[in-house]
Amino acid sequence: MTTATYLRPGLPSPVAENDGLDAPYWEGARRGELMVQRCKPCGNWQWGPEWICHKCLSFDVGWQKVEGRGRIYSWERPWHPVHPALKDQGPYIVVLVELPHAAGIRMLGNLVGDPRQEVRIGAEVEAVFEPHNDAKPPFTLVHWKIIGSG
Amino acid sequence: MTERTLRGKVAIVGIGETTYYKHGKSPDPEFMLALKAILAACADAGIDPRKIDGFASYSNDRNDPSRLAAALGLPELRFSNMQWGGGGGGGSGAVANAAAAVATGVADCVVVFRALAQGQFQRFGAAPPGGTASGEAALNAPYGVMSPAQRYAMRAMRFIHENRIEPGAQRAIALASYHHAQRNPRAVMYGKPLTAEAYDASRWIVEPWRLFDCCMENDGAAALIVVPAERARDFAKKPAYLLAAAQGSEYRNGARCHNAPLYATSSFTTVAPHLYTMAHLQPADVDVVQSYENFTGGVLMSLVEHGFFTAEEANDFLVPENLQAPGGKLPLNTSGGNLAECYMHGLELQVEAVRQIRNESTTQVPDAQVSMVISGPMVTPVSSLILGSEETLQ
Repeated sequence: MTTATYLRPGLPSPVAENDGLDAPYWEGARRGELMVQRCKPCGNWQWGPEWICHKCLSFDVGWQKVEGRGRIYSWERPWHPVHPALKDQGPYIVVLVELPHAAGIRMLGNLVGDPRQEVRIGAEVEAVFEPHNDAKPPFTLVHWKIIGSG
Repeated sequence: MTERTLRGKVAIVGIGETTYYKHGKSPDPEFMLALKAILAACADAGIDPRKIDGFASYSNDRNDPSRLAAALGLPELRFSNMQWGGGGGGGSGAVANAAAAVATGVADCVVVFRALAQGQFQRFGAAPPGGTASGEAALNAPYGVMSPAQRYAMRAMRFIHENRIEPGAQRAIALASYHHAQRNPRAVMYGKPLTAEAYDASRWIVEPWRLFDCCMENDGAAALIVVPAERARDFAKKPAYLLAAAQGSEYRNGARCHNAPLYATSSFTTVAPHLYTMAHLQPADVDVVQSYENFTGGVLMSLVEHGFFTAEEANDFLVPENLQAPGGKLPLNTSGGNLAECYMHGLELQVEAVRQIRNESTTQVPDAQVSMVISGPMVTPVSSLILGSEETLQ
């Protein structure tokens, strides 16, 4: 890979929703922290973000930092470029990672490394923060990499 | 207590389609395509278009019922309905909404339609360039997850993993559609047969889906006409009665960022049981199935969730001969479907299901009495319905 980012620049830049719902996640990513929702009254983990806890229906849903470790729950390897920025990208890998220490909530990102590597569901991964400091506004993506022997 | 049901309350008495084109190739603008399909359905039913008093559609169809009613000079508009949800998940739901209106006296003659001209508007399989993404899109697009194929491939990948699905299962679904399209002169892929070798050699779009696992994108329009059952015999063609319809999805299927608790699903696990309950039927009673192919893996899961075989049986069941009309155990997508007839967002599947009841399909299943349509797997809400001949109402 010749570029500093996993995917070539030019894809849509993530911005927080205009109602602020997911702002703590994107602010956390800028700090290198993985922030997800956790209901204050009942302790339920929740991802993606919502204004209400789906278990106890409290609106008092807080945010908590979680350790960026998990295992691959599913994956895909896109080949066909659907966006102009992906035209000369070649294949890339998207993984859906479950976080067992946060009740199995799932997060999506790219699997860094060889885009043609074999992917094993269940493999252990850890989060890799990818800052895009020159973007306007700047943002940070959260990717995943295989740890140990996977 | 009287059973609350749509079973036997309404019938489809008219079907109409425009010519089906490759995407961007329609000589007509989208609104004209919609009008042409509606008029074709009226001609098929043998009615004056001014009898129409309602419209139902889905997937944010751009052709507004009030404009249609004005354009067609309708005396009055009594029902105007849009089924929420993207993709083809609303195909059967839109028919059910029309049926509910007709069965309850809200309207008397409702058209269900869908029109697409992707030269005039943007394609589904291409992402808009540049810009920003927020909400669900912000958690997907920067990672290169933008198109429907990219959005749903991981559901199928998980199902394939959990159930050890082999490549031949998805391939058989693609081959069935292409096989049937070779007998259908309306099909965009008529005269373009697909072999197992060509399927295997085709490029990946997104693993686990190759080119031929993915629907086409097309221009055209389709329409059908729903009337009360007691008037169904007054029209030119044999009526197809609605035996059941159901829509929705499982517990928290729409949880953001791929967090549906049951992820490896086509979203029908709670919907299909409601469908069979209303129809008073079981999977073995179904003679022919049109199952929306956005992607073959979605069809696979849909057929499992509608009880035609178990996930464990999928590799054995999904072989070409089982899916081909007229002799297969489960004739599937007998017009060629989204893969090989036309991607009319699945409304062409409804039209084909009616043809099977009428004995008018180009790949007719002998004596088809019970005809199912499954709409839009993996999205939410999804929907499905069952049509039957008059004999099935007994």
